[in-house]
Amino acid sequence: MADDQLSRVFAALADPTRRDMVARLAGGDATVGELADPYDVSIQAVSKHIRVLADAGLVSQTKVAQRRPCHLEAEVFDLMTKWIERYRQQAQERYERLDAVLAEMRGESHPTDHHTSEGAAS
Amino acid sequence: MTTTSNRYQVSIEADPALPIIRMTRDFDATPAELMRAHTDPVLFARWVGPNRMDTEILDWDATTGGRWRYVARWDGMEFGFHGCFHTVGEDTIVQTFTFDGSPDDVALETLWFEDLGDGRTRLRTQSLVDSFEGRDQWLASGMETGVDEGYAKLDALLGELR
Repeated sequence: MADDQLSRVFAALADPTRRDMVARLAGGDATVGELADPYDVSIQAVSKHIRVLADAGLVSQTKVAQRRPCHLEAEVFDLMTKWIERYRQQAQERYERLDAVLAEMRGESHPTDHHTSEGAAS
Repeated sequence: MTTTSNRYQVSIEADPALPIIRMTRDFDATPAELMRAHTDPVLFARWVGPNRMDTEILDWDATTGGRWRYVARWDGMEFGFHGCFHTVGEDTIVQTFTFDGSPDDVALETLWFEDLGDGRTRLRTQSLVDSFEGRDQWLASGMETGVDEGYAKLDALLGELR
Protein backbone atom coordinates (compact mmCIF):
# COMPACT_ATOMS: atom_id res chain seq x y z
CA MET A 1 0.00 0.00 0.00
CA ALA A 2 1.29 3.46 -0.89
CA ASP A 3 2.60 5.73 1.84
CA ASP A 4 0.10 8.49 0.97
CA GLN A 5 -2.74 6.10 1.70
CA LEU A 6 -1.12 5.33 5.03
CA SER A 7 -0.99 9.00 5.91
CA ARG A 8 -4.69 9.28 4.93
CA VAL A 9 -5.42 6.41 7.30
CA PHE A 10 -3.63 8.11 10.14
CA ALA A 11 -5.12 11.50 9.36
CA ALA A 12 -8.56 9.87 9.34
CA LEU A 13 -7.88 8.29 12.72
CA ALA A 14 -6.52 11.53 14.18
CA ASP A 15 -10.09 12.63 14.92
CA PRO A 16 -11.64 11.27 18.15
CA THR A 17 -15.18 11.05 16.73
CA ARG A 18 -13.91 9.00 13.77
CA ARG A 19 -11.90 6.75 16.09
CA ASP A 20 -15.06 6.17 18.07
CA MET A 21 -17.00 5.36 14.89
CA VAL A 22 -14.33 2.89 13.86
CA ALA A 23 -14.53 1.24 17.26
CA ARG A 24 -18.29 0.88 16.87
CA LEU A 25 -17.97 -0.52 13.34
CA ALA A 26 -15.49 -3.09 14.65
CA GLY A 27 -18.50 -4.58 16.47
CA GLY A 28 -20.54 -4.83 13.27
CA ASP A 29 -21.84 -2.90 10.23
CA ALA A 30 -24.04 0.14 10.88
CA THR A 31 -25.83 2.77 8.84
CA VAL A 32 -24.97 6.47 9.00
CA GLY A 33 -28.21 7.03 10.93
CA GLU A 34 -27.29 4.39 13.49
CA LEU A 35 -23.81 5.87 13.84
CA ALA A 36 -25.22 9.37 14.32
CA ASP A 37 -27.47 8.29 17.20
CA PRO A 38 -25.07 8.62 20.16
CA TYR A 39 -23.57 11.91 18.95
CA ASP A 40 -24.97 15.39 19.17
CA VAL A 41 -24.27 15.95 15.47
CA SER A 42 -26.24 15.97 12.24
CA ILE A 43 -26.47 13.06 9.82
CA GLN A 44 -24.58 15.30 7.39
CA ALA A 45 -21.69 15.68 9.80
CA VAL A 46 -21.53 11.92 10.33
CA SER A 47 -21.67 11.38 6.55
CA LYS A 48 -18.69 13.68 6.22
CA HIS A 49 -16.72 11.67 8.78
CA ILE A 50 -17.66 8.44 6.98
CA ARG A 51 -16.45 9.93 3.70
CA VAL A 52 -13.05 10.67 5.26
CA LEU A 53 -12.87 7.11 6.59
CA ALA A 54 -13.93 5.73 3.19
CA ASP A 55 -11.32 7.84 1.33
CA ALA A 56 -8.68 6.36 3.63
CA GLY A 57 -9.91 2.85 2.78
CA LEU A 58 -10.97 2.16 6.34
CA VAL A 59 -14.69 1.95 5.64
CA SER A 60 -16.74 0.82 2.66
CA GLN A 61 -20.45 1.32 1.91
CA THR A 62 -22.49 -0.99 -0.25
CA LYS A 63 -26.14 -0.59 -1.02
CA VAL A 64 -28.22 -3.34 0.56
CA ALA A 65 -31.92 -2.95 -0.27
CA GLN A 66 -32.75 0.59 0.92
CA ARG A 67 -29.84 0.70 3.37
CA ARG A 68 -26.22 1.61 2.84
CA PRO A 69 -24.46 0.07 5.85
CA CYS A 70 -20.90 1.10 6.64
CA HIS A 71 -18.39 -1.76 6.85
CA LEU A 72 -14.97 -1.66 8.49
CA GLU A 73 -12.08 -2.89 6.31
CA ALA A 74 -10.09 -5.05 8.72
CA GLU A 75 -7.01 -5.53 6.52
CA VAL A 76 -6.20 -1.83 6.79
CA PHE A 77 -5.82 -2.36 10.52
CA ASP A 78 -3.52 -5.29 9.88
CA LEU A 79 -1.38 -2.90 7.88
CA MET A 80 -1.26 -0.46 10.79
CA THR A 81 -0.19 -3.27 13.09
CA LYS A 82 2.69 -4.03 10.74
CA TRP A 83 3.56 -0.37 10.61
CA ILE A 84 3.84 -0.08 14.38
CA GLU A 85 5.85 -3.32 14.40
CA ARG A 86 8.29 -1.68 12.01
CA TYR A 87 8.77 1.24 14.38
CA ARG A 88 9.25 -1.25 17.19
CA GLN A 89 11.92 -3.08 15.19
CA GLN A 90 13.75 0.19 14.69
CA ALA A 91 13.70 0.82 18.44
CA GLN A 92 14.86 -2.77 18.99
CA GLU A 93 17.86 -2.18 16.70
CA ARG A 94 18.71 0.98 18.60
CA TYR A 95 18.56 -0.77 21.94
CA GLU A 96 20.64 -3.69 20.64
CA ARG A 97 23.34 -1.13 19.83
CA LEU A 98 22.90 0.17 23.38
CA ASP A 99 23.30 -3.42 24.68
CA ALA A 100 26.66 -3.56 22.91
CA VAL A 101 27.79 -0.23 24.35
CA LEU A 102 26.73 -1.31 27.84
CA ALA A 103 28.58 -4.61 27.45
CA GLU A 104 31.71 -2.69 26.52
CA MET A 105 31.31 -0.37 29.53
CA ARG A 106 31.06 -3.44 31.74
CA GLY A 107 34.19 -4.83 30.11
CA GLU A 108 36.04 -1.64 31.02
CA SER A 109 34.84 -1.50 34.60
CA HIS A 110 35.11 -5.26 35.28
CA PRO A 111 38.25 -6.27 33.34
CA THR A 112 38.75 -9.50 35.30
CA ASP A 113 35.13 -10.61 34.92
CA HIS A 114 34.69 -10.52 38.69
CA HIS A 115 31.78 -8.67 40.18
CA THR A 116 32.88 -5.49 41.88
CA SER A 117 30.72 -3.09 43.77
CA GLU A 118 27.87 -1.56 41.78
CA GLY A 119 28.91 1.83 43.05
CA ALA A 120 31.95 1.74 40.77
CA ALA A 121 29.93 2.97 37.79
CA SER A 122 29.64 6.70 37.68
CA MET B 1 30.66 -16.02 23.91
CA THR B 2 26.95 -15.74 23.30
CA THR B 3 25.42 -12.31 23.18
CA THR B 4 22.29 -11.18 24.92
CA SER B 5 21.24 -8.78 22.19
CA ASN B 6 18.01 -10.61 21.31
CA ARG B 7 17.18 -11.62 24.85
CA TYR B 8 15.13 -8.51 25.56
CA GLN B 9 12.53 -7.19 23.16
CA VAL B 10 11.08 -3.70 23.03
CA SER B 11 7.37 -3.46 23.77
CA ILE B 12 5.56 -0.49 22.29
CA GLU B 13 2.19 1.09 22.91
CA ALA B 14 0.50 3.91 21.01
CA ASP B 15 -2.00 5.35 23.49
CA PRO B 16 -5.50 5.50 21.93
CA ALA B 17 -6.60 8.50 24.01
CA LEU B 18 -3.44 10.65 24.12
CA PRO B 19 -0.77 11.36 21.45
CA ILE B 20 1.77 9.29 23.37
CA ILE B 21 4.16 6.51 22.42
CA ARG B 22 5.36 4.32 25.30
CA MET B 23 8.18 1.81 25.11
CA THR B 24 9.67 -0.63 27.61
CA ARG B 25 12.95 -2.54 27.34
CA ASP B 26 15.13 -4.41 29.85
CA PHE B 27 18.93 -4.27 29.89
CA ASP B 28 21.77 -6.22 31.47
CA ALA B 29 23.14 -3.14 33.19
CA THR B 30 22.68 -1.17 36.38
CA PRO B 31 20.56 2.00 36.33
CA ALA B 32 23.79 4.01 36.74
CA GLU B 33 25.37 2.34 33.69
CA LEU B 34 22.25 2.85 31.60
CA MET B 35 22.09 6.47 32.73
CA ARG B 36 25.74 6.97 31.75
CA ALA B 37 25.07 5.52 28.27
CA HIS B 38 22.30 8.13 27.89
CA THR B 39 24.21 11.12 29.25
CA ASP B 40 27.82 10.58 28.06
CA PRO B 41 27.86 12.08 24.53
CA VAL B 42 30.54 9.72 23.20
CA LEU B 43 28.61 6.65 24.34
CA PHE B 44 25.24 8.09 23.26
CA ALA B 45 26.48 8.81 19.72
CA ARG B 46 27.50 5.17 19.34
CA TRP B 47 24.02 3.72 19.75
CA VAL B 48 21.40 6.36 18.95
CA GLY B 49 21.59 5.42 15.24
CA PRO B 50 19.99 4.59 12.82
CA ASN B 51 22.59 2.01 11.79
CA ARG B 52 23.50 3.51 8.45
CA MET B 53 24.02 6.97 9.92
CA ASP B 54 26.96 8.56 11.67
CA THR B 55 25.92 10.69 14.60
CA GLU B 56 27.91 13.79 15.50
CA ILE B 57 27.18 15.53 18.79
CA LEU B 58 27.32 19.32 18.30
CA ASP B 59 26.23 20.49 21.73
CA TRP B 60 25.73 18.48 24.90
CA ASP B 61 25.05 19.45 28.50
CA ALA B 62 23.24 16.54 30.13
CA THR B 63 22.35 18.33 33.33
CA THR B 64 19.06 19.74 34.60
CA GLY B 65 18.41 22.85 32.49
CA GLY B 66 21.01 21.79 29.91
CA ARG B 67 20.61 21.22 26.17
CA TRP B 68 21.61 18.88 23.37
CA ARG B 69 22.04 18.99 19.61
CA TYR B 70 23.27 16.36 17.19
CA VAL B 71 23.31 15.68 13.50
CA ALA B 72 22.93 12.29 11.80
CA ARG B 73 24.60 12.00 8.40
CA TRP B 74 24.05 9.49 5.64
CA ASP B 75 24.95 9.59 1.94
CA GLY B 76 25.38 13.37 1.83
CA MET B 77 22.17 13.99 3.75
CA GLU B 78 22.01 15.54 7.18
CA PHE B 79 19.28 15.25 9.78
CA GLY B 80 19.59 17.52 12.79
CA PHE B 81 17.86 17.14 16.14
CA HIS B 82 17.90 19.30 19.23
CA GLY B 83 16.24 19.77 22.58
CA CYS B 84 16.65 20.61 26.25
CA PHE B 85 17.37 18.47 29.25
CA HIS B 86 14.59 19.60 31.56
CA THR B 87 15.54 17.20 34.36
CA VAL B 88 18.45 14.81 34.70
CA GLY B 89 17.82 12.94 37.96
CA GLU B 90 19.29 9.79 39.46
CA ASP B 91 16.89 7.47 37.66
CA THR B 92 14.89 9.84 35.42
CA ILE B 93 15.52 12.02 32.39
CA VAL B 94 12.92 14.53 31.17
CA GLN B 95 13.84 16.17 27.89
CA THR B 96 12.40 17.82 24.81
CA PHE B 97 12.97 16.55 21.28
CA THR B 98 12.70 18.48 18.01
CA PHE B 99 13.62 17.41 14.47
CA ASP B 100 15.26 20.43 12.80
CA GLY B 101 13.21 19.74 9.64
CA SER B 102 10.04 20.36 11.63
CA PRO B 103 11.15 23.09 14.04
CA ASP B 104 7.70 24.00 15.39
CA ASP B 105 7.03 20.47 16.64
CA VAL B 106 8.35 19.51 20.04
CA ALA B 107 7.94 16.21 21.86
CA LEU B 108 8.29 15.81 25.60
CA GLU B 109 10.19 12.65 26.49
CA THR B 110 10.42 11.02 29.89
CA LEU B 111 12.79 8.14 30.62
CA TRP B 112 12.62 6.05 33.78
CA PHE B 113 15.41 3.66 34.82
CA GLU B 114 13.95 1.04 37.14
CA ASP B 115 16.37 -1.19 39.06
CA LEU B 116 15.33 -4.85 38.66
CA GLY B 117 18.21 -6.14 40.79
CA ASP B 118 20.90 -8.62 39.70
CA GLY B 119 22.45 -6.00 37.44
CA ARG B 120 19.34 -5.56 35.33
CA THR B 121 17.38 -2.39 34.64
CA ARG B 122 14.03 -1.72 32.99
CA LEU B 123 13.93 1.36 30.78
CA ARG B 124 10.51 2.88 30.28
CA THR B 125 10.14 5.79 27.87
CA GLN B 126 7.19 8.00 27.12
CA SER B 127 7.04 10.47 24.23
CA LEU B 128 4.24 13.01 24.32
CA VAL B 129 3.70 14.63 20.93
CA ASP B 130 1.50 17.71 20.47
CA SER B 131 -1.08 16.10 18.17
CA PHE B 132 -2.28 12.67 17.05
CA GLU B 133 -1.21 13.58 13.54
CA GLY B 134 2.28 14.38 14.79
CA ARG B 135 2.43 11.14 16.77
CA ASP B 136 1.35 9.10 13.78
CA GLN B 137 3.78 10.82 11.44
CA TRP B 138 6.46 10.05 13.95
CA LEU B 139 5.49 6.40 14.02
CA ALA B 140 5.44 6.46 10.21
CA SER B 141 9.06 7.59 10.16
CA GLY B 142 9.86 3.96 10.94
CA MET B 143 8.80 3.16 7.38
CA GLU B 144 11.78 5.00 5.94
CA THR B 145 14.36 2.74 7.51
CA GLY B 146 14.69 -0.90 6.57
CA VAL B 147 14.02 -3.35 9.35
CA ASP B 148 16.88 -5.68 8.52
CA GLU B 149 19.51 -3.13 7.64
CA GLY B 150 22.57 -2.69 9.70
CA TYR B 151 22.51 -5.97 11.60
CA ALA B 152 26.00 -6.29 10.17
CA LYS B 153 26.98 -3.10 11.98
CA LEU B 154 25.64 -4.51 15.24
CA ASP B 155 27.46 -7.81 14.66
CA ALA B 156 30.66 -5.89 14.02
CA LEU B 157 30.22 -3.84 17.18
CA LEU B 158 29.50 -6.96 19.25
CA GLY B 159 32.49 -8.73 17.73
CA GLU B 160 34.73 -5.80 18.62
CA LEU B 161 33.54 -5.90 22.22
CA ARG B 162 34.06 -9.58 22.92
